[in-house]
Amino acid sequence: MGFESVQSKCICIARDDIDTDQIIPARYLRGIDREGLRDGLFQAMREGPENPFATGASDAAILLAGRNFGCGSSREHAVWALQEAGFRAVLALSFGDIFRANALKNGLLPIELPEPAWHESLRIAALGGVLTIDLAAQVVRGDGVTAEFAVDAFSKRCLMEGVDELGYLLGHVARIEAHEGAGYDR
Amino acid sequence: MSYPRTLLDKIWDAHRVAHETGCPDVIYIDLHLLHEVTSPQAFAEIERRSLRVRRPLRTLATMDHSTPTDGTSLENIEPMARRQLLRLAENCARHGVPLLGYGAPGNGIVHVVAPEQRLVRPGMTVVCGDSHTSTHGAFAALAFGIGTSEVAHVLATQCMLQRKPAAMEVQLTGTPGACITGKDLALAVIGNITPAGGVGYVIEYRGACVEQLSMEGRMSLCNMSIEAGARAGLIAADATTATWFREEMDYSHWRSDRGATFDRSVRVDVSGLAPQITWGTHPGMVAAVDAHVPQPANPGECRALEYMGLDPGRTMSSVAIQHVFIGSCTSSRIEDLRLAAGVLRGRRVAPGVRMLVVPGSRRIKQQAELEGLARVFKEAGAEWREPGCSMCIAMNGDSVPAGEYCVSTSNRNFEGRQGVGSRTLLASPLTAAASAVAGCVADPREFIKEQTHGI
Repeated sequence: MGFESVQSKCICIARDDIDTDQIIPARYLRGIDREGLRDGLFQAMREGPENPFATGASDAAILLAGRNFGCGSSREHAVWALQEAGFRAVLALSFGDIFRANALKNGLLPIELPEPAWHESLRIAALGGVLTIDLAAQVVRGDGVTAEFAVDAFSKRCLMEGVDELGYLLGHVARIEAHEGAGYDR
Repeated sequence: MSYPRTLLDKIWDAHRVAHETGCPDVIYIDLHLLHEVTSPQAFAEIERRSLRVRRPLRTLATMDHSTPTDGTSLENIEPMARRQLLRLAENCARHGVPLLGYGAPGNGIVHVVAPEQRLVRPGMTVVCGDSHTSTHGAFAALAFGIGTSEVAHVLATQCMLQRKPAAMEVQLTGTPGACITGKDLALAVIGNITPAGGVGYVIEYRGACVEQLSMEGRMSLCNMSIEAGARAGLIAADATTATWFREEMDYSHWRSDRGATFDRSVRVDVSGLAPQITWGTHPGMVAAVDAHVPQPANPGECRALEYMGLDPGRTMSSVAIQHVFIGSCTSSRIEDLRLAAGVLRGRRVAPGVRMLVVPGSRRIKQQAELEGLARVFKEAGAEWREPGCSMCIAMNGDSVPAGEYCVSTSNRNFEGRQGVGSRTLLASPLTAAASAVAGCVADPREFIKEQTHGI
C-alpha cells in the first residue's frame, strides 16, 4: 500500500499563494466524512475563464503549482479533495506548513522543486508530457529533466512503508504517562 | 540549562515526551480545542480503532463555524450544518468532552472562548484543527493549527509528532501613529515579510509597541501569524498577561532569555504607521488607508486587482463599499467592539451599507449590552448578531454577494472567502466602523481625534 512512484501527465496552476479556500471553499466543508469533496475542488477556478482542467489530462495524478501552495486554513479537506480527484503528488516551489503536514499524513506527496527544475517540469507538463516521480530515489524525471528533491527520512518511511503515525504515538504511552505525572505545569 | 533559550525553546523543552533520532519529537499538548468542522472525521478515526479520548478535561469543544447569528434555532438551519453540529454534540457526549454548544452561556468562537475562560496560560501548548490557533500565542503559549489526522492523534494520545520549528524574531520598532490597533500591526508585518515569509517558523513579536498592546491587541497580532505563513506567533508574558488572569503570577520564566539566538530576525519599522487596509487577495497586499491602490508588481498582483475590480492609482478612500463586518477570531473581543462603537456613537451607517456586528462570544455579547455598545450599534443602523465565525468564513449563510465590497475585521481576503466573488478589504475595527459611516473606505483618524494607541 506504500507510495513508490507516480508516472502521469500533469495539471498546471502556475500561480503563487493558492490558498486552501481556493482549493476547496468553506461551503464544501459541511460534511462529517472524507467523501464528496471532489465537486468543491478548485470550484471557482474550474468555472472561470482559465480553467486548468479544461486543457489538462483528465487522469492527471500530478499537480504543478507555484510558491506557497496550500497557504491559509488547516482544512485537511484540501488534501482529501485532491486525492479524491486522483492526485497523488503536488510539485510546487514551496508549500504552506499545515498543508504540507496534512498531505504527508494522507500519502499525497508534496514535492518542493528548485526553480530551474520547476520551470522544466512546467514546460514538459504544458506540452502534455509525462513526469515520473520516484520516491525511493527522490527524483522527478521527465523529457530532458532529472531533478532531485528532499523529503525527510521519517516522512519517506511513513509514505513508503505505510507507517501508522497514531500507532507510533500509542507506542509511547508509558512515556506519555510519565510526562503527565511530572507536574510540569507552572 | 546554561545557554540562553528562546521562549519557543523553553516551551518545547518542557513538552517533549520523546526524541528519537531521525523521527519527529513527540510533543505533549496541554489544551486541545475542537469545533464542528474539523473534528468529526477525527472522532470517527479513533472510534474505528476502539480508542477513547485520552484527556477529555484537557479538551474543549465549541460550535462556531456553521452556527446561525440571526437567532435561528438549530432545527431550522441548513441540514448539513445541523448534522455536523449534532455530530459534535454526540461525539463530545460519548467521550466526556466539555462542549460550549450553540446558545450555551459560554458559547462563541473557539479562539475567543478559550482565553475568556482563562484556559490558555503562559508556557502551555495549545492545538486546534484551525489555523488561527496562533491567536493563543498572545499568552506566551505555543499554539498552532493542525489537520484532522493530527486532531485524531491528540484526541487519542494527548500528543503529536512534530519537528521543532525554527524561531523568528519580528522586532517592531518605532512608535506608530494614531488609531493603530494590533490588527494594523499584523497587516503591516504581513505586508513586510509576505504570506510565505514565516513558513517553517514560529514568530516571536517583540518591541515596545508590542509590550504596550493589551491582551486583545496581542491576540489580534498573533492571530494573523498564519497569514504570514507561520503556524504560531508568540509574545512574552509580562504584567499585562498577569492582569488578564487577575492573579499573582510568576511570569518571568516565559520570555526569551537575554542573548537567545533566533534562526531569523526581522525588523519592521512601524514609526508613524497609518491605519492599514488590504487591496488584494491575500493579507500581504496591504496599504495605508490614505494611500493609493498600488501599481501591480507581478502577475499575482494583476490578477488580484482584476478580481477586486480596483484600478491602480486610485485612492483607497474612493472605494465605495456595500458591507462592513465587525467580527471573527481576529477582532470581535470587547475592546474591538468598544473601538467600533466609539466611532459609531452619535453617527449613522451610510445608506446602502449593511453592517454586521458579530461578537466573539456570548459573554462578550452580554458585556457589550451591559456597556451600552449594542445600543450604539443598533442606533447607528448596524445589525447586532449572535456570536460565531459568521461572515469571516461564510459557512452559516452570512455572506457577501459577488462583486460587492466588504470592509472586514476578519483575517482573510482570499478569493471567494466571504462568499462567491466577494471582495474583502481587511482592516481594524476603527477603520471598519469609519468606513461604515462614510460609505467608502475611510480613515478613522478623521473620526477619532484623540490619540488611540496601545490597543
